[in-house]
Amino acid sequence: MMRQNNMVAMILAGGRGTRLLDLTNKVAKPAVFFGGKYRIIDFPLSNCANSGIDVVGVLTQYESVLLNSYVAKASLWGLDAKDSGVYVLPPREKIEGFGLYRGTADAITQNIDFLDQYDPETVLILSGDHIYKMDYSKMLDCHNKNNADATIAVLEVPMKDTHRFGIMNTDENDRIVEFEEKPKNAKSNLASMGIYIFNWKQLRKALIDDVKNPTSNHDFGKDIIPTFLNTDKRLFAYRFKGYWKDVGTIDSLWEANMDLLYRSEELNLADPSWKIYTEDRTVPAQNFGSKAKVSNAYINQGCVVNGKVTNSVLFTGVIVEAGAEVTDCVLMPFTKVKSGAKVQRIITDENIVIGENAKVGSPKGEIELIAHDVKGV
Amino acid sequence: MCNALGIVSYDDFVNIPGLNDTRPMPSVSFLGRYRLIDFVLSNMTNSEISNIQVYLKNKPRSVIEHVGTGRHYNINSKSGKLRILTGEANVQNEIYHHDISAYIANMQYIEDAHQDYVIIAPSYMVYRVNFDEVLKTHIESKADITMLYKTVDNADTSFARVATLSIDKPRKVVAIETNQGKFKNRHISLSTYVMSKENFITMVHLANETSSLYTLRDVIKDQLPMMNVVGFPVHGYVACINTLEEYHRVSLELTDYAVSKTLFDPDWPIYTHTNDSCPTRYTSTADISASVVSNNCLIEGTVKHCVIGRDVEIHKGAVLEDCVIMANTKIYDNVHLKNVVVDKFAKINHKVDLTGSPDKIIYVKRKDNI
Repeated sequence: MMRQNNMVAMILAGGRGTRLLDLTNKVAKPAVFFGGKYRIIDFPLSNCANSGIDVVGVLTQYESVLLNSYVAKASLWGLDAKDSGVYVLPPREKIEGFGLYRGTADAITQNIDFLDQYDPETVLILSGDHIYKMDYSKMLDCHNKNNADATIAVLEVPMKDTHRFGIMNTDENDRIVEFEEKPKNAKSNLASMGIYIFNWKQLRKALIDDVKNPTSNHDFGKDIIPTFLNTDKRLFAYRFKGYWKDVGTIDSLWEANMDLLYRSEELNLADPSWKIYTEDRTVPAQNFGSKAKVSNAYINQGCVVNGKVTNSVLFTGVIVEAGAEVTDCVLMPFTKVKSGAKVQRIITDENIVIGENAKVGSPKGEIELIAHDVKGV
Repeated sequence: MCNALGIVSYDDFVNIPGLNDTRPMPSVSFLGRYRLIDFVLSNMTNSEISNIQVYLKNKPRSVIEHVGTGRHYNINSKSGKLRILTGEANVQNEIYHHDISAYIANMQYIEDAHQDYVIIAPSYMVYRVNFDEVLKTHIESKADITMLYKTVDNADTSFARVATLSIDKPRKVVAIETNQGKFKNRHISLSTYVMSKENFITMVHLANETSSLYTLRDVIKDQLPMMNVVGFPVHGYVACINTLEEYHRVSLELTDYAVSKTLFDPDWPIYTHTNDSCPTRYTSTADISASVVSNNCLIEGTVKHCVIGRDVEIHKGAVLEDCVIMANTKIYDNVHLKNVVVDKFAKINHKVDLTGSPDKIIYVKRKDNI
């Protein structure tokens, strides 16, 4: 028996993120880059590390080779002390056969043995796809204070957007009385963030019952939460205030990166008391040539800029040659924009080369994803 | 695996007033994200040297914090070893506080090393070399000692007081002198030596018996007639950081990407301790050119031909030219700086105009508030 852990975190990181198109052909959505140097999954992992959570399981499924090897480097987030760790939990072959994860709840059900090793009081269920900074220890305090069976983090969203979310209707003590998935006429604007704290014994029992139910989708939102509500369990909402984003599409990924330029107060990655940790690439500091012109940009180490960069986010090792112009762009690691090329309102995949004098992107309309090299002219 | 013990040596009495007030040469910050010791340690670990000793004289705190277990330099945490060692003798006077006395104090750790050779290099010399290749050449040449050198044409202005080598064919070192700056063309010693461990231990004892003031350089100089000492030329970029003016000149020289490519090679990474800093933000008022900038800075002003360290703020209307700005510094509105080195945590408020010249750099000390 290992040392008893108060709360173990489980990050659901199995989704593909189909609407991110070619960006997720080879990697799962949680491994997609964000904010000049990070991967999306760095946010929940760093939040765990900063909240004092020692044990984190990461449930992977879709194209998980890169994601598995990435999160296994527990030292990146300081989660490599004794009795702590980041554990990669892809589907595995068991005595009853090989089981893909059939839903978010099923992913946890199939790893009950993992959680039993730690015998935690509570389990924190997270998504590997969201960008936000949150102190889970405060949410746990709230959970304990309410003597709750489950606590769901909620965010106040504009009423016009409520139809896109799972909406929690609460009483005056923030106890959840009703849950509506994507309601047409919402009664409240408290949207579920997909962040749950469960009493482990109760969740364990609910999962074992759920797996026997042939009509269940084995999903937290669709099945487990309604079951908890129908059986009069104590469910509470934990109100979160701050930046939170689910970057599901190319447009929203671009917009979230632009938030670092236009809404940097809300998503402040410079806060020394709540750093987001990530893999440090061994590259020199940023280099600017004598012809560089930079205005309103967020630039990471390893970049070499000798062209014009405006309103853009440049990831590790991006090269902008003399005479090139980069406007309103998100350029992923080691993108190279050769001399004379003009790019506007695009997101590039890693290692893309935009050839000399090429023109890519347009001043209006949807953001273009560039996933293949562009020949020069 | 390289069959050599790596020794990062004392810095030959190099001392830059100001810069070295709070930290020794190995932990002087360099090119934004590095400290000087990163270059010698990365040369060693990239050369697959897995047993390394770092000798420290004074104020070891910042080096210990930066180097730590050496894990970030790619040293295997089980089979490899990085030791930080200090001279343990109770030194009454700085003149006795030299490399030989530190080796004597830690002789057991040198004797216990499993490797058959030693490679000794200081941290104030910045260059890129594969020590494993140097060792192979050394073994083939059957020399007693191999000394690394760089043939330069600016010995009259740089490399002051550094050892110079007279080299006879084929590469035999026949004399070691001190650079007095009288000549342009010299073979500059990189204070980097390769020899068998056995020979190294003999030299250390010999130096100690000869004079209590003797350094490794002195005893090698004495032994030149008796021993086969050969030179190994380094062809790439070499800099020697031994004065404030050289620190400033070399830093700015390396902002030129063409020059920096001669020191940095993607296949020869320079490792350092990461601070997990976020990228740097440039506002619409920023004007940046010909510079090197580290992460987590806020750049609102004009920065031309500068090196900017981590966590630096340069506010609106500030104009910086030919400056080296170290980490955690704040430069407020409308400050004008030219040829200035600003040490860490300094704050420079508005309406200040500081102008130095390349041969008379202005130094703003650590935590200063102007």
